Amino acid sequence: MAALAKTQDVVGRRMLPSLRGATGPLIGLIVLCVFLTFASDKFLSVRNFLNVLDQITVLGVMAVGMTLVILIGGIDLAVGSVMALAMMVLGYLNIMAGVPMWLAIPLALLVASLNGLVAGLLITRFNVPAFIATLAMMSIARGLANMITDGQQLIGFPAWFNTMAIVRFGGFLTLTVAVMLVVFIVGLLYLRYRHGGRSLYAIGGNAEVARLAGINVNRATVLVYVVSSLLAGLSGMVLAARLDSVQPSSGVSYELDAIAAVVIGGTSLSGGTGGIGGTIIGVLIIGVLRNGLNLLSVSPFMQQVIIGGVIVLAVTAETYRKRK
Amino acid sequence: MTTRSPILSLRGIQKSYGPIKVLQGVDLDIYPGEVVALLGENGAGKSTLSNIISGTVQPSAGEMTWLGKSYTPADPRAAMDEGVGMIHQELKLLPKLSIAENVFVGRYPMKAGRIDRKAMEDRARRGLRRLGLDISPDRLVEGLSTGKQQLIEIAKALTLNARLLILDEPTAALGGEETQLLFQQIERLRAEGVGIIYISHRLEEIRQIADRIVVMRDGAKVQEFDSGDVPIRTIVEAMVGRSLERMFPALPTPTDEVTLEVRSLSSPSNAFRDINFFVRKGEVFGIAGLMGAGRTELVRAITGADPISGGEVLLRGKAITPRSPIEAIRNGIVLVPEDRKLQGVVLEHSIAENIGYANLGEIAPSGWLSSRRIQQFAEGCIRRFGVKGRGGQNASELSGGNQQKVVLAKWLARKPQVVVLDEPTRGIDVGARSSIYDLIMDLARQGVAVIVVSSDLEEVLGVSSRIMVMAKGRQAGILNREDANDVSVMELATI
Repeated sequence: MAALAKTQDVVGRRMLPSLRGATGPLIGLIVLCVFLTFASDKFLSVRNFLNVLDQITVLGVMAVGMTLVILIGGIDLAVGSVMALAMMVLGYLNIMAGVPMWLAIPLALLVASLNGLVAGLLITRFNVPAFIATLAMMSIARGLANMITDGQQLIGFPAWFNTMAIVRFGGFLTLTVAVMLVVFIVGLLYLRYRHGGRSLYAIGGNAEVARLAGINVNRATVLVYVVSSLLAGLSGMVLAARLDSVQPSSGVSYELDAIAAVVIGGTSLSGGTGGIGGTIIGVLIIGVLRNGLNLLSVSPFMQQVIIGGVIVLAVTAETYRKRK
Repeated sequence: MTTRSPILSLRGIQKSYGPIKVLQGVDLDIYPGEVVALLGENGAGKSTLSNIISGTVQPSAGEMTWLGKSYTPADPRAAMDEGVGMIHQELKLLPKLSIAENVFVGRYPMKAGRIDRKAMEDRARRGLRRLGLDISPDRLVEGLSTGKQQLIEIAKALTLNARLLILDEPTAALGGEETQLLFQQIERLRAEGVGIIYISHRLEEIRQIADRIVVMRDGAKVQEFDSGDVPIRTIVEAMVGRSLERMFPALPTPTDEVTLEVRSLSSPSNAFRDINFFVRKGEVFGIAGLMGAGRTELVRAITGADPISGGEVLLRGKAITPRSPIEAIRNGIVLVPEDRKLQGVVLEHSIAENIGYANLGEIAPSGWLSSRRIQQFAEGCIRRFGVKGRGGQNASELSGGNQQKVVLAKWLARKPQVVVLDEPTRGIDVGARSSIYDLIMDLARQGVAVIVVSSDLEEVLGVSSRIMVMAKGRQAGILNREDANDVSVMELATI
């Protein structure tokens, strides 16, 4: 066991530096894929793989923001609601007010970011615990999203918007998948190779050490919540394109999926360790699992039970490995 | 003393973790009514030995006899039931519970299926009285001084009818007055016939309190003194296993140029008021005083870590009064904080990362960096400042002395003008201390203005060319090296 852990470590460090600490989840993902290949003859195909990618776009984009938040030892419960709010703002601006999409999308993202700004300021200026601040924002954003249309859904986006999620350029990438991949890559590079990204690890490891080392902890914290909300908004744009409609009840409990993906990917809830590499694997595990269980015709209720089990498994395995 | 029979006898106690022997056959007798000081550097085996006695760890070989009977405690609870009480260095009290609840947690006196609060408080009160403490047992632990909390831990052990108490660094966080209070209580317990094992790094205290001194090194008992009144040098030599040429390196001569000046500095919380001093280029300036005198608060304010309500800080004649650590660092004023583990290093991160965090701008002027660049930068620092460790190692794997060197190394790479060290050798063993002192002197020699805050009188006298003594938030006086000795400093400190 110890030897295995060691080999994992070496592999993790040398070959896939961005997966450091996420080799356990990676092995889990591979085992899962091998299992599903044998269990279902439909699983192993390019077409199904592209399906999985399409299905994880919303979660993937959101989970990148959540990774940053959890990395600094915080939590963002508002992302699901912020996503719905961004979608409703987009719908209101484009469908009801006739604002063109090229302007409506940035405005919707701006509104989403403001939520993160408020949460970040509550946390840094007024010392409100992140859990409470984002719980409040979760309620506020959901309420606002509902107020825009009094709970009704909106349809009637321009035709090209939906094609972003359908047409596969080069037979491969939809634009929404491309957006997710870009977010993954930017997140990965930022955390690994940017000054600001490395600082987040210091803040999550010990905020006081980071402050005394000359890192602007408050500013970084606010920015992280802004980015988390911005990405929640962006995932809302992706979902709106996929559904070709917006409704204020979208994204309920998505924050929990995002947290699950981050945690399965090996980022510690206490902050300071983990990264985007692990989160991508976490997102893939959830995506592949849902896809596979659907192919095997497992009921959605049973799927919830299984995903809960996977979270427990991933976290206890990681804790056990650390204690070794 | 030899006519009495010991309460506890250890014979040939060994402990191995895999191939590593941490205890190699220790013999030890503890008699009733004596205080045995257990001394040794970190890693000498003191903690393992006391953990074996208190049932936390099981020995690999050897025998223990407790009151004439074979003694093999399976866990701390079993040891407690026999009458062995261990008071850990980190206090393990629950702040939101009352004193009585803390004393009886896990074994509340019951009556008719409910907790008998009255009996609990009465018994707790008796325990507190025995230690000469006049505090109500129903008040919360939260807000009590560390010294009082220490005594409550002892009261807790006493209500279990402890006949042997193990005190692990009980005074590490205590001020002078609290230490004396603790000592009075130890005297009292000694008179009652309780045996006490006393572990401490503060050798001064040992002379005051110990009846016998046992020195350990590398897992073995190397020397035993039948009296507590042994010259410190002799003890230290036994601990490190070599004779000490000198504890403190020679001081470099400071220049006349003033680097840092502090003018009528005050804190919003009144922790310090109206402080004035200057530090010259290449000078080591000591700050002494009792616990709570405002020393840490003062140096944290100077380095931008805490707010200032009045006064100014000047760097080479220019007012720069920092409002955040970032501003202080930008001006070349850096802090090596009091609590390494909470403020100095991120324990779960590697040495390289820890060094990197303070130097991200240097490593990556463009903002782009890689693990390899951080690693290379850190390895350079590790070599230059003699940290024993590799860049990839976690800071938690290092000894206290090496962790402190990591904190120093991360700053020294920035070539600071003012280095402030708050309790630079607290919890660091004697051998490693001198290399910290060497580093301090090197800094001064290179023209850095150094401020050293220390509760260890010998240390502050040994390294400083001038010493400011603080008392109750005020500056009581500044002594030149020639006029400074333990008496003159203590006189000012207790004004």
